[in-house]
Formats: sequence, structure tokens, C-alpha cells
Amino acid sequence: MPKVIPVADELSQPFWDAVNERRLVLQNCTACDRLQYPPQATCQGCGSGDGLEWKEVEGRGHVATYIVIEDGRLNRRMPDQPYNLALITLDEDTTVNFYSNLPGVPAYQVPVGAAVELTFEEVASGQLIHEWRVVQ
Amino acid sequence: MTTSNNFQWRRDQDGLGVWEHRGKVAIAGYGHSPVDRRWDGEDLDTSLGAYTMLACEKAMEQAGVTKDQVDGIVCCDSHIAGGSGGSASQWAPRPYFDPPYDSEYGLTLINGQWVANAMGFKNVKFAPTGVPTIGEMMGMASQAVGDGVCSTCLVIYPTGNLEGRYRRGGENADDYARGVRQWTVPWGNHGGNDFINIFPHNQYCLKYGGEHDDLAPFVINQHKNGMLTPWGFNYNHGIEPISVEDYKTSRYILNPLRIWDCDRPVNASVAYLFTTAERARDMKSQPVYVLNHSQHNFRFRTTQPDLDEVEMWTDRQAARMYEGAGLGPADVDIFNPYDGYSIMTQFFLEGFQWHGVKRGDAFAFYGGDISVKGPHPFSSSGGNLGNGRTRSAMYTDSIEQLRGTAGDRQVTVRAETALCAFTTPSSGGWLMLGKHPS
Repeated sequence: MPKVIPVADELSQPFWDAVNERRLVLQNCTACDRLQYPPQATCQGCGSGDGLEWKEVEGRGHVATYIVIEDGRLNRRMPDQPYNLALITLDEDTTVNFYSNLPGVPAYQVPVGAAVELTFEEVASGQLIHEWRVVQ
Repeated sequence: MTTSNNFQWRRDQDGLGVWEHRGKVAIAGYGHSPVDRRWDGEDLDTSLGAYTMLACEKAMEQAGVTKDQVDGIVCCDSHIAGGSGGSASQWAPRPYFDPPYDSEYGLTLINGQWVANAMGFKNVKFAPTGVPTIGEMMGMASQAVGDGVCSTCLVIYPTGNLEGRYRRGGENADDYARGVRQWTVPWGNHGGNDFINIFPHNQYCLKYGGEHDDLAPFVINQHKNGMLTPWGFNYNHGIEPISVEDYKTSRYILNPLRIWDCDRPVNASVAYLFTTAERARDMKSQPVYVLNHSQHNFRFRTTQPDLDEVEMWTDRQAARMYEGAGLGPADVDIFNPYDGYSIMTQFFLEGFQWHGVKRGDAFAFYGGDISVKGPHPFSSSGGNLGNGRTRSAMYTDSIEQLRGTAGDRQVTVRAETALCAFTTPSSGGWLMLGKHPS
């Protein structure tokens, strides 16, 4: 079933543009050398707004933990229930994390600690989202 | 009438020292409406507005205060269970009723202006708009009275619930995710505190050992305490206590989060009457004194808070509260942290180190004697899990324990100080109460 479709705003437009080009770019603060996701107007670490630039990351991570959504509130996802929602930490900076439904992994069978790599999934015509798949 | 809440009332920084009004502000009364599962949409005597007026009248009656004496009202718009819930969150487009129920106000929303008009308060000079939740309201009123912004202040917290499933519809029925939801909703996370806290809870189990169902003794004890709480939902609606088996076989919401880990949305209202300690001494009922209040609104480092962040946040909350009250963990007799989802309570217990509980010790603590008559009467209120989602049981129980009026729930240990809150690990506020002003 289709996922809910993200709507870019002024701040996030470069991020989603990159995702639609199958690239993952995060904000990087040149003032304090820190990656930041989701995007914000200023660096959460040092408060700088001028030092934020977009930086492409490699897209490797690990599964930190997961839950299985059995009775969620999102109408569009109800036919998918139960489905995995995993927490992915980025290898380049483990303080940055992402959500993933781990496409291809059956519900309840998530390998916690496993390595994952970036993939992309089309949720609407011309709109991708970043996803993660377990590295076999 | 002042409607701005923009005075410097928050104590939301580290290292602020002892609160300047410690022991100089008191709670002199409280009032609870009946607690219904939902409003039926017909009986205006059981509407959110009617219940709010009833709660205010009870609080004033208990304190022996008349309408003319009330000069402050701190009330947030209702946190109706159907927020983000389309038809469950507002009455319109159904036709309204005669005044004062001729708009959403009184039905799904309540604020200070509406209460003042509906109840005929003539001398209110402080009724701010844009007021946050009860976790912060209790501190806001404390500071306002301490600062002399007002001297006799009602804090009102309505929680509504109409027909319909909890927070379905609205933006949760949208095919698109806008604003902050673009970072969570495409993967299935609607952004609530269930999601925010279940991942750190899972990490907690991994780090310290144990499993989710080790929460069972805590949840069951909350229900037991709720059955001893005459102003709560469970007590008044014949809710049967649950067993370990009931808990472990209950259905999942966000596996491993079970239905019994979640509070029950209700339709109810509560009011507290704050005043100066000096005035409170001459009032009708025994006052309890505010020894400190603090607030917090920690920013997430990334998409999802992890265990390290949650532990750091709750450590800081504890440090702020203890410093401001001039007390330490061993001084706190009654401890009523928030339990709207059972998975967050252990973070508070360990952060505040109540009864010596350190990081990783909570599940073992839950497995011991935490009954109200035992040596560790943890969360003697029964919280939201035992009383319904009023978010106020923690405060009222603390007042009653300090007064010695908690009835069958009265603890047998010393009851001279109480810590209580409506807060999540990331945002909310705490209140420290004392039987004595110093």
C-alpha cells in the first residue's frame, strides 16, 4: 500500500530534491563540523545559520531497534499493518538516525544490529523517499 | 484583564538556584468533575464546559474562596482526545447550543475568557491566552502568584473526548505529510509520545536487561491505586483490576507497547486554587506549599530521541527540581511522575533517583513492593493509567497525601514532600509540594 507523501517546504526542498535524484544529503555545519537531520534553520550544536551546507553522505547504517505497528493512527498505512518501523543510525555519525520500514524484511523479523544501506522508494509519481535495506 | 502569558515565568534553565518564592505560594483547594469516557453530545450538564465550571466551584468551595476573590485564571484550550482527529476533535459542523455553548468553547475548547464570562468572575485581571498544558500551567500559576501578578488563581485543565477513535482523521487521514510530519509520517510514525518513547524504552531493555513485560507490576499497581481513587475514572466505572496474565496477553498497539500501557481518553475537568501562603493560612482547607516548579522543552538531536538523550534530559529535570527546592532525592516522600504511556515512567524514576533507584534498576524496583501501604509507595495516585487521561491525578494525590486525606490510598511512610508532574522526557514541567512552607 502507498505511504504518506512528504511535502517539501522551503527549508527541506534541497533535501527532497536530492532524494529524488537518489542521493542522501544532510545539513553539515562548517562551524562545528556536525551533521544535522532533519534540516533546521540553524545548527542545533552551535546556533550558526551561516555555516550550514548540504553534504552528501554515503548511506550506510545499522539497525538500532525496532517496533511493529499493529494499530497505528495513519489511515493510509492501515492496510499495511502489522509492519516494521526500525530505527537506523548512520555510520558516519551515529547520533543521526532515520526511520525505516525495512522493505523486504517480514514483520517481527528485524535483525537488530544488522548493517543496512540506503535505498529509495517511490511514494508518488516523481517523489521518492529514503529507505534502508538490510545488507545480506 | 491581562491576556498575555509573555512574562518571564518559566524556570527552564539549569543552575537557577533556589526558587525565590519557595514556600510562599500555596494550593488551597482542588476540584474534580465526574470523569466520563466521552461526552454524549446531548447533555449539556455533562459537557466539558459544565464540568469545568463544576470543578472550579469545588476548588473554590474547598478553599473557602468566593468568585469575587478570584483574580487569575490559567487555563489552556482543551486537550481534547480527538485532536488531529477530524470529527472527533470538534463539534462543528453540528449545530451549536444556547449560550454559553454557542461555539466550540464550552464543548471542545475552554479558556480563561470563556470561564470568566460563563461563571461571572468580575475581578479577574490575569487570564492569559496561549497557555500550555497542565505540566507547565501549575508552574505558571505558582510564579504568577509569587510575582504578585495575581493573588488567587484558578488553574483549570479540561480534557475532552467525543465519539470516535482516538486521534483518527484530520491530518492522520491525510495522504500528505507537511511540516515536521514529513520526517516521520511517511514511515508510519504519526509523531506522538508513544512513538517518541517506545524506541528509547526498547534501547533501555537492551542496555540494562529485562523485557517489555517487566512493566506489568507497575501497570497493575497503577490500576490498583486507581481503584482507591474516588475522583478517578476506574473507581467510578467499575473497571476491574488486571492481572499479569491480562497484561501479557493484551493486544499490541506499537509492539511491544500494549493497550494497557496507554491511558484511557476521558471527558473531565479539574481545577486547582493557588494563592499566597499568607492568604492560604486563613482559608478553609489545609494548604500545601509550592517549594519549586520547573519546565523543560528539550530539542531533539535528530529524528528520534534515543536512550542517551532521554536519560540526559531526565537527569537535568531532576537537577533543576532538586536545586530549586533545596532538596535531594532522599527528601522526597511522594513521587507521582507521569505515566500516560507506561514506557516513559522508568526514566523519571531513575533520573530523580527516588528511593535510591538508579539507572537500570526500575524493573527490579517495580517487581518489589510498590503498593501504597508498603515501604515504596510509587505513583500513589495511580496516574493516568489508573484514573483516565485527566493528567491531574499526580497533582491531586500529592495534595491529598500531604494533607493526610488520601483515604485508602494514604501512604504509611512519611508524607511531607511530594514531586508531581505532567511531562514527557522531552517537554513539560514538574512541581514540588510541601506540607510545610520550609
